[in-house]
Amino acid sequence: MKLSMWTYEGPPHVGAMRVATGMEKLHYVLHAPQGDTYADLLFTMIERRDRRPPVTYTTFEARDLGSDTADIFQSTLKKTVEREEPEAIIVGASCTAELLQDDPGGLSKSANIDIPVIPLELPSYQRKENWGAAETFYQIVRHLTASSLGLGTAQANGDNSKAQPSCNLLGPTALGFRHRDDVIEITRLLSTLGVAVNVVAPMGATPSDIARLCDADFNIVLYPETGQLAAKHLEKTFGQPFTKTIPIGIGATKEFIDEIVELAGLQDSADRSVDEGNLSWWSRSIDSNYLTGKRVFVFGDATHAIAAARIATEELGFELVGLGCYNREFARELRTAAAQYNVTPLITDDYLEVEKAIAETQPELVLGTQMERHIAKRLNVGCAVISAPTHVQDFPARYAPQMGFEGANVIFDTWVHPLVMGLEEHLLGMFTDDFEFNEASGPSHLAHGKTPQTAQSGETTRASTTNVVNWTDAAEKELKKIPFFVRGKARRNTETYAQLQSLTEISVDTLYDAKAHYGQ
Amino acid sequence: MTPPLDIASPSCPDPGERSVQERPVLRERGQREVFCGLTSIIWLHRKLQDAFFLIVGSRTCAHLMQSAAGVMIFAEPRFGTAIIDDKDLAGLTDPFDELREIIDSIVARRPALKTVFLVGSCPSEVIKLDLSKIADRLNSDLAGQPRVLSYSGSGIETTFTDGEDACLNAIVSNIGSIQQTRATKKSLLVVGALADIVEDQFARHFGDLGIEHVSFIPSNATAEKAEFGPNTSFVLAQPFLRETARTLTDKGGKFIPAPFPFGLEGTRAWFKAIADEFDIPHKRVNDVLASAETRASKALANARSEFEGTRVFFFPDSQLEVPLARFLSRELGAEIIEIGTPYLHTEIMKPELDLLGTNILISEGQDVDAQLRRCRSAKPDLTVCGMGLGNPLEAEGLTTKWSIELVFSPIHGFDQALDLANLFLKPLRRQKRLALS
Repeated sequence: MKLSMWTYEGPPHVGAMRVATGMEKLHYVLHAPQGDTYADLLFTMIERRDRRPPVTYTTFEARDLGSDTADIFQSTLKKTVEREEPEAIIVGASCTAELLQDDPGGLSKSANIDIPVIPLELPSYQRKENWGAAETFYQIVRHLTASSLGLGTAQANGDNSKAQPSCNLLGPTALGFRHRDDVIEITRLLSTLGVAVNVVAPMGATPSDIARLCDADFNIVLYPETGQLAAKHLEKTFGQPFTKTIPIGIGATKEFIDEIVELAGLQDSADRSVDEGNLSWWSRSIDSNYLTGKRVFVFGDATHAIAAARIATEELGFELVGLGCYNREFARELRTAAAQYNVTPLITDDYLEVEKAIAETQPELVLGTQMERHIAKRLNVGCAVISAPTHVQDFPARYAPQMGFEGANVIFDTWVHPLVMGLEEHLLGMFTDDFEFNEASGPSHLAHGKTPQTAQSGETTRASTTNVVNWTDAAEKELKKIPFFVRGKARRNTETYAQLQSLTEISVDTLYDAKAHYGQ
Repeated sequence: MTPPLDIASPSCPDPGERSVQERPVLRERGQREVFCGLTSIIWLHRKLQDAFFLIVGSRTCAHLMQSAAGVMIFAEPRFGTAIIDDKDLAGLTDPFDELREIIDSIVARRPALKTVFLVGSCPSEVIKLDLSKIADRLNSDLAGQPRVLSYSGSGIETTFTDGEDACLNAIVSNIGSIQQTRATKKSLLVVGALADIVEDQFARHFGDLGIEHVSFIPSNATAEKAEFGPNTSFVLAQPFLRETARTLTDKGGKFIPAPFPFGLEGTRAWFKAIADEFDIPHKRVNDVLASAETRASKALANARSEFEGTRVFFFPDSQLEVPLARFLSRELGAEIIEIGTPYLHTEIMKPELDLLGTNILISEGQDVDAQLRRCRSAKPDLTVCGMGLGNPLEAEGLTTKWSIELVFSPIHGFDQALDLANLFLKPLRRQKRLALS
């Protein structure tokens, strides 16, 4: 057993729900007790869905155990098929029903349903939500494209000589971070390149759409967490190659375009005069000078975290001080990226570890999930959300993709907004004692003032450093004049320096000696 | 599952008995769109500040807890989930050792904890993990520092507010002999979590009525503080506390049957029932309650003119549905189409049902798709339902009220009667303001 106060990912059947809810004309019969219906409100509340998720729960009770839970499953399945008239159905068990070993797949077979029934095996005590979504989507694709086996792809049929090249967009689900808008943005981009979108799946696809996935020339995996397993299957079975670049940020979007052009065979004909948006110029404009070297900590799902690390360093000129993800399935990719940026990779689903890492690295900006937003708030650091899990406010009414060039515009605005602006920052640093205009009042363009008490937490590691050296009152006073967002680091460096020099007391001079020493 | 509770009948053989039995109750069995009992930890952990609630369950339980409360996150919540994994299921670990280690780590961070609740879940029930036995062993190991109690909040046994019943039942089952010898004077025990402000108001009224020995459960360090003895009478402040009431009755407490203190009428009847039990003259009761009653009465007059004739449909959620429907129908002039409730405990609910009249359909249990069909065809002006149904019904053109807000807001008592009315009026007012379709 492991204690969890909060979890980045739900159980795997919630992943299956994200796939089912994203799709049309597919229904999910879930063998589950009362209470598991809580998951409906993730979709109806957080994503403001105007329909109930297409999930029917068997709702067995204690008195049913050992007698007729299997019957309850079968009768629920039959009634659901009659009521919902789906094109296909997925069946599975939540954590409790898994223990009953009723075998929903086997029970469905003997129920003689005349539509495709896809059984899911999602081990709740080993796996989590993203894996559940990927596995569910893979099983749906595997079952529903099986009848197309042997037909070969459009490519194999020689269709692509006459028609426009086409692709599928794989991975977007319900409750995904900006999936709705990413699909629109990437579809637009593909259209300017002259590539048609055959099917978007799971989001918006019906089971019959899934059956014609193999008509496309290649696949675009927007979210490896949910789409890569299915893409690998399609590659193996139908010879459809798939993209590896995630088009988040200017550089990645350009590489993505190169990859598409190559896969679509459009080297000679593609129109590459795409409007690249504003990020490049905004970031090069002199106002953005103050962004240089801002310390940023990144945590999220691996795909979004790795993309954010690249934008932060290459496109905004920040300094990456931490990089991590909560999904172990993509730990290798994250470790590779962390090595490239020379930071320690953090792979954990324990938010307290993340909080500790953030406190220790003392970033000026945190890019993370809704949990990092809470952590950043506690530590009084600016934050922008870059990854699921997210809260209702991260499903904006406006168009706000992360992918493509418009996504880069959105990212620039979103990430820069929490920071104290350039000249303001200088003035805060120069005149620390102004009674109205000081660090405790926070960035002037943000409405919520910060209380002096929380502003102190910029020095969060103070208690954790071993205080073998004493600060003179004058040095302590001088330290207060250093802007709060670097004060903790200055304190730590000075103490380390004092220890190196075997000093027992830190004077004002020691403070500046240390500054000179570490500033070299 | 449990035998019928027989707490109302011995003291008062009753003319209303028949109306209860004649009432048609639609009993349904199908998909339930309700929370399990674990969810009640969301308010219990705020009420019991010296307790930690440790759910022994799955990732689903942990995910439920953070999602059900609107994904709220506390700096470090006083609840958590010991997530069972493969090794535990394969019997490679000893659940006692596992839980001991987790409790040690919790206590290390919170040395002031007085109580740890081990809370059973669907998975722990299905694998027959005996948490009460583990709690006993932990108690002898830890010597009561903190003490460990156990109960089940599993969805296969409990619905939403039942979790509070199970928790309070664990607390009152633990009321020991010390309290029994100490409290020989006539005393009152008020059972059910109340908002702090309501508890204070009620305590003032009891003081003014001359009832000297009053305890509320739950409160911090509950079992140590509560007065309970042969002369203790108890009254329920919440309608979902059947098991707790049974245990208190078994221990010699005297049950005071009463309508629940919602709205002016319910609150007055509740206090009168208590006052009768303590032989307080009617005149004194009237004098003590007069000013609060007048305030409530004035406050509700406008609300009634606004709400009169509103057709209301209740989906099952918290078991508060029957008393709330009674309030809406009798004090605000609503027309109630259906009262859905997870369970209808007729013994506890009898005083409410007597007020309600027999022509209103009550449904017990749930088959959500069938109930949605009834709701759609009735086209109510206001549908009271959970968060999973709210937006879908709004999208179909029905005006809804989130039921969970009724559990998380101070709605008991005279001075909250208008707040309660306003909770139902707000969606209707919003509907009138918006020029959108």
